[in-house]
Amino acid sequence: MICVQRTEIAIVGAGPAGLSAAASAASAGAAVTLLDRQEQCGGQLIKQTHAFFGSEKQYASVRGIDIARLLTEQVRALPNVEILNEATVLGYYQDDGVLAFEKDDRFQKIKPERLIIATGASERTLAFPNNDLPGIYGAGAVQTLMNVYGVVPGRRVLMVGAGNIGLIVSYQLLQAGVEVAAIIEAAPKIGGYLVHAAKVRRMGVPILTSWTIKMAHGQDAVEGATIWQLDEKWQPVPGTERELEVDVICIAVGLSPLAELLWQAGCAMKYVPELGGHVPVRSELMETTVPGIYVAGDVAGVEEASSAMVEGRLAGLAAAQSLGYGLTDAAGLIEEAQRQLESLRCGPVGEKIRRGLAQVGR
Amino acid sequence: MSNQMSNRMSNQTIICRCEDVTLEEIQNLIAEGLTTIDEIKRLSRCGMGPCQGRNCRPLLMNELARATGQDVREMKMPAFRPPTKPIKLGILLGQAGREENCQERADRGEGS
Repeated sequence: MICVQRTEIAIVGAGPAGLSAAASAASAGAAVTLLDRQEQCGGQLIKQTHAFFGSEKQYASVRGIDIARLLTEQVRALPNVEILNEATVLGYYQDDGVLAFEKDDRFQKIKPERLIIATGASERTLAFPNNDLPGIYGAGAVQTLMNVYGVVPGRRVLMVGAGNIGLIVSYQLLQAGVEVAAIIEAAPKIGGYLVHAAKVRRMGVPILTSWTIKMAHGQDAVEGATIWQLDEKWQPVPGTERELEVDVICIAVGLSPLAELLWQAGCAMKYVPELGGHVPVRSELMETTVPGIYVAGDVAGVEEASSAMVEGRLAGLAAAQSLGYGLTDAAGLIEEAQRQLESLRCGPVGEKIRRGLAQVGR
Repeated sequence: MSNQMSNRMSNQTIICRCEDVTLEEIQNLIAEGLTTIDEIKRLSRCGMGPCQGRNCRPLLMNELARATGQDVREMKMPAFRPPTKPIKLGILLGQAGREENCQERADRGEGS
């Protein structure tokens, strides 16, 4: 027999957004159940060996892996949070408001009064001939392989994509003694922070903008790649092909929000390229169009861990407040979080995010 | 093995790696007049494998947009149903398969 557990607030995903949501909701007094499919909390932070930028409030100059530890300790210290690791959420049943998950080889159900979805995002792939050859990875997967499991993916890498993930993983490959033949970027400009780009350039790695991959080569695994140049209309220019001898091709072309649960719950969704794909329409308090269901982090629009943490805090506070819990300064804390988000998204770097967010207000 | 070799010679582009659906197959279906993700999914199994379309859906949407002129923003999405990932029938039933799972866990414990 399957019995349905109850909780006040269920949070799906214990990455930067989910952990922050758990901390703020539980600090306000709510009973929280935090579910994550991994055996340890932290989400993608656990493989980020580099120090963060940004303001002190979002752990600037602390390494991602240490932020994961700090946030997890903070949540563990709260007696009203139940953490369920190795618990994979399988679905949300709209009619009953029940969340189904798999843990300990059992199919289990929980019915929360409020739900915060913080499932993050998954890596995008690319379509090119022989894109199924062994040796072709997502850049995030390579980061996991190296920084979590201590395994280098190969000897010589072509990195496709010069956003922050492509640049940072290239640097970490170099640190691990792996050669990076080139970083290619389809856009005419480097997408990531120039400080990261400068670092890999100084180590002799060419960054080619307006270039893309034409195809991969190899019999049983990657042995090489053909790249070619793009014109100003993003069309490949025949005759510009170059051959690279590599045994790894890393794809770092962005992330897509992992929004299945939001679709299942019937939340209004909108396709916003600036935010990585389909994202939920939401209020300023991160509540979706389904009352009681909140979002935080990359699933609400692909951004950075720093804004994910603040969004989590905001969603946690709002969910707790809607249940009648309120720190005396709840309004002040909410305002403060909104101010921090604004400052994280200000300036030219946040332009794209601001443009995306302007389309999803409820 | 020989099958793999010929694959290499043909330089195929895979759209759905769970179900081994190629770009060529998708293009043929579009040429036959299919215009939605759902129709293509039902005929080719694109997006019906273990990852439930997480990897291939954006690629399929791009190809549909390119070939039919549809706006990705307006494209009708398929239904998203639980479970979000494959689950053993034994776990769903709550009984069968428990022994094997314990064994698997023991194996994992030894490995780490």
